Amino acid sequence: MTTTQDRTPDAPAPDHLPGQRSTGGILLDLARNNVRQYGMLIALALIVLLFQIWTDGTLLLPSNVSNLVQQNSYILILAVGMMMVIVAGHIDLSVGSLVAFVGAIAAVMMVDYDLPWVVALVLSLVVGAVAGAWQGFWIAYVGIPSFIVTLAGMLLFRGATQIVLEGQSVAPFPQGFQQIAQGFIPEMGPYTQYHNPTLVLGLLAVVALLVQQIRGRRRQAAHDLTVLPFPLFVAKCVAMAAAVVVVALTLASYHGVPVVLLILCGLVLLLGYVMRNAVIGRHIYALGGNREAAKLSGVRDKRVTFLVFVNMGVLAALAGCVYAARLNAATPQAGLMFELEAIAAAFIGGASMRGGVGTVVGAVIGGLVLGVLNNGMSLLGIGTDVQQVIKGLVLLAAVGFDVWNKRRAATTT
Amino acid sequence: MTATESDDTTGSDDTTGSASGRSETAPVLEMQGITKTFPGVTALAGVDLAVRPREIHAVCGENGAGKSTLMKVLSGVHPHGSYDGEIEFRGEPVAFRGITESERRGIVIIHQELALVPELSIAENIFLGNERSTRGIISWGGTLSAAARLLRRVGLPDNPRTRVAELGVGKQQLVEIAKALSKDVELLILDEPTAALNDEDSRNLLRLILDLRDQGIACIVISHKLEEIRRIADSVTILRDGRSVETLPVRDTPDAEPELSEERIIRGMVGRDLGSRFPERRPYRGDGAGEVAFEVSGWTVRHPAEPRTVVDDVSLTVRRGEIVGVAGLMGAGRTELAMNVFGRSYGVHEGGTVAVHGKPVRTRTVPEAISHGIAYVTEDRKTFGLNLIDTVHRNISLTSLPGMTRRGAVDEHREQQVAERYRESMNIKTPTVFEPVERLSGGNQQKVVLSRWIHAGPDVLILDEPTRGIDVGSKFEIYTVIERLAAEGKAVLFISSELPELLGMCDRIYTMSAGRLTGEVGREDATQESLMRYMTMDTEPKVRT
Ligand SMILES: Nc1ncnc2c1ncn2[C@@H]1O[C@H](COP(=O)(O)OP(=O)(O)OP(=O)(O)O)[C@@H](O)[C@H]1O
Ligand SMILES: [Mg+2]
Repeated sequence: MTTTQDRTPDAPAPDHLPGQRSTGGILLDLARNNVRQYGMLIALALIVLLFQIWTDGTLLLPSNVSNLVQQNSYILILAVGMMMVIVAGHIDLSVGSLVAFVGAIAAVMMVDYDLPWVVALVLSLVVGAVAGAWQGFWIAYVGIPSFIVTLAGMLLFRGATQIVLEGQSVAPFPQGFQQIAQGFIPEMGPYTQYHNPTLVLGLLAVVALLVQQIRGRRRQAAHDLTVLPFPLFVAKCVAMAAAVVVVALTLASYHGVPVVLLILCGLVLLLGYVMRNAVIGRHIYALGGNREAAKLSGVRDKRVTFLVFVNMGVLAALAGCVYAARLNAATPQAGLMFELEAIAAAFIGGASMRGGVGTVVGAVIGGLVLGVLNNGMSLLGIGTDVQQVIKGLVLLAAVGFDVWNKRRAATTT
Repeated sequence: MTATESDDTTGSDDTTGSASGRSETAPVLEMQGITKTFPGVTALAGVDLAVRPREIHAVCGENGAGKSTLMKVLSGVHPHGSYDGEIEFRGEPVAFRGITESERRGIVIIHQELALVPELSIAENIFLGNERSTRGIISWGGTLSAAARLLRRVGLPDNPRTRVAELGVGKQQLVEIAKALSKDVELLILDEPTAALNDEDSRNLLRLILDLRDQGIACIVISHKLEEIRRIADSVTILRDGRSVETLPVRDTPDAEPELSEERIIRGMVGRDLGSRFPERRPYRGDGAGEVAFEVSGWTVRHPAEPRTVVDDVSLTVRRGEIVGVAGLMGAGRTELAMNVFGRSYGVHEGGTVAVHGKPVRTRTVPEAISHGIAYVTEDRKTFGLNLIDTVHRNISLTSLPGMTRRGAVDEHREQQVAERYRESMNIKTPTVFEPVERLSGGNQQKVVLSRWIHAGPDVLILDEPTRGIDVGSKFEIYTVIERLAAEGKAVLFISSELPELLGMCDRIYTMSAGRLTGEVGREDATQESLMRYMTMDTEPKVRT
């Protein structure tokens, strides 16, 4: 037959119709098409497993899982926004400085001007939106490359932070504000050993997940697309549900769901939906894929680019508030290197340097890979110097794998 | 270095490849049983191809028949091991693992999409990857003089220091050939070399190919232009659905008249006789028949960077149900006019108005133009048409997304159904509508762009070279679609460099030359000659200061 040399013997004959494909063939196809996401998910699972063993089980202790979430929440928030910027074909180097700047503004509002924390939070997000609009204006409407504009922003916002804070830390914050980063949703109902609302949320998540999977499968079948064979589909659902249940139980046996995790899930669901299903999401992918073609197809390129940066600004502001709330202080050095962590997370999660490729979930997975590495290595007492080296190598390996995989697909399949 | 030297080696290896002795000569290239599969697609299934020394061998076939793939196999773009079958070059089996290896043996391919670096000079492009240097230092003198020699050979008068970005497509094509010649080419492969060229540039290029053949270089030419094949080829191999159907001689001796008819080639390509080349026109008799649907008056466009007028005071009208052609040579300003009208997508607007159905409208941005029912199908699908990394169905829906939403979300179900419908009606060859467009063959990509705009449901459709790179069978399908749109009462402005298709499809034809309208000919009076006369009419060049 026409098998090429590198094809495994049980691979499907390429000219088979979808309906005739063997299970192995479907799996292979799925693996091939989703190699990046599955690859990173598997890598994440492996990393978790390794550190779980190396730290004698400390990694997945309920208290550490809560900590892990809270410690990485601001990077994950930034990574989601950064992914959208990168998909649109741009980059944002200013987010670390913006985190510091917004944290500083929030601090001054609450500490020096005694504003209620809710008002301060909302105003901070507005400041982030304005900062994003400022950069978006130069990039989208004036046409200065985003690298330059946000490099300028990086200096500008860092300097502005120091001016606002007069070089000092500003603290402490009201209790409510601290809860954003440090708090948990309150316990309710009778004593059950577990945190009740967390159990309920976990259950809801499982139900939502199953409904979504089943509907997706129906829709695919309706379009004669290859679907996973039924037993495998059940296995996949069970695995996903089990993962949710384990996380929920783990959290429920400590203080419950961290407030910031709720915020994060909301963001991921919302922005993931926007990127997948909303017209503007499609337009972002189209712009990143081929700017000229998108323009000639009626995509309002300037407006879309502008909005992507406004969005990034708001997310950076949110991350800034979360970070300040976690430290319970605003410092001039806040957010240093955050932009690089966020960019790394996006690329580990499958974004392409050229734009047009990447998913919100990918960014979260990429961010978690970095986060678990950070946390695990800290638990092992590895110094930040070595941590940096390892994270650098992981970034290189992830993207290298991507490039290698693409080249293989292009020439030898 | 140059091919004259390789000529001598050619002569010594082979029995002298004169035309009369051809039948005894062993082929320079023999490909046997070539099979190449991509996931879900069999692009080639046991293709045989034999090319004799000093011959121009044409390869034809419908879009997606596997022509480009076959050439990529031959040149090592698809490396040995990724396909099945044997390749023998000059009597020896070869197994190229990349194009450097095939180029070392003298097989050079010029791809369907040109691969020049626009910001580098002609000379730098010619020797890119093959630099004239001593110990890593480029010898500019050697580079420039060698480049100048090669340019003379291909008949390009430009300075080798000129940036490639400043050259038109025709000249860029010649630079590609000069680049090939710099590599001691023995077998030159040209994938649709004239697809983007106007008549004059095409003729130059074809003459050059004949010259090269006379210098002993064998050529494989892929083309959808059958009259070109008849003009230059010695034999033709026809591919259909990834199989080689037949190889036919075109002429007996290199300079004889062709004996093979276009109809015969078409029969091989589509597997049956194709009756007429153009669908019958049906007049539109509905509401507002005969009303002017689209009117451009006094349109003037300045070049985006230079003080030069590229479109000068052009006025034209298209009625409902009418197909109006715009003929002109490359650089006549047709695309510039269309793109400037369509949301100022090219150049600077200096004056003029547009009216749709008699109402003046503004078209300063693309969304504005679209909202007034104007659509523009670009001539350059790769740069201006497609998001290559995205799927067929998303490329088709892109313009119509706002109308495909349900509660703010894109209705993917609808999106897929629409794509399936066009896959069927336009005969787009793709395993599924979820295939990335970059994996489709050139002609099928063109059909995707067309589908997008037809689905947008415009009143005024501006088509810029809509059949470029499309095979005869599919051309008929596209003409049919255009005819149907006109019969439904749409106004169609049809820009084309192929006069026969303008003559076959249009009710009226405008001609442009050097940015100006030079003529308007009705269907009855139009002939190739009359159009050509208007198209080449001298209009003094306008330079503004
Ligand atoms: N890299 C690829 N991955 C998957 N499929 C491919 C790839 N390249 C080509 N194909 C498929 O192989 C088939 C043959 O394509 P090919 O480009 O050789 O056609 P062609 O004869 O050159 O057509 P055209 O006249 O439109 O240029 C098509 O169905 C195409 O979709
Ligand atoms: Mg081709």
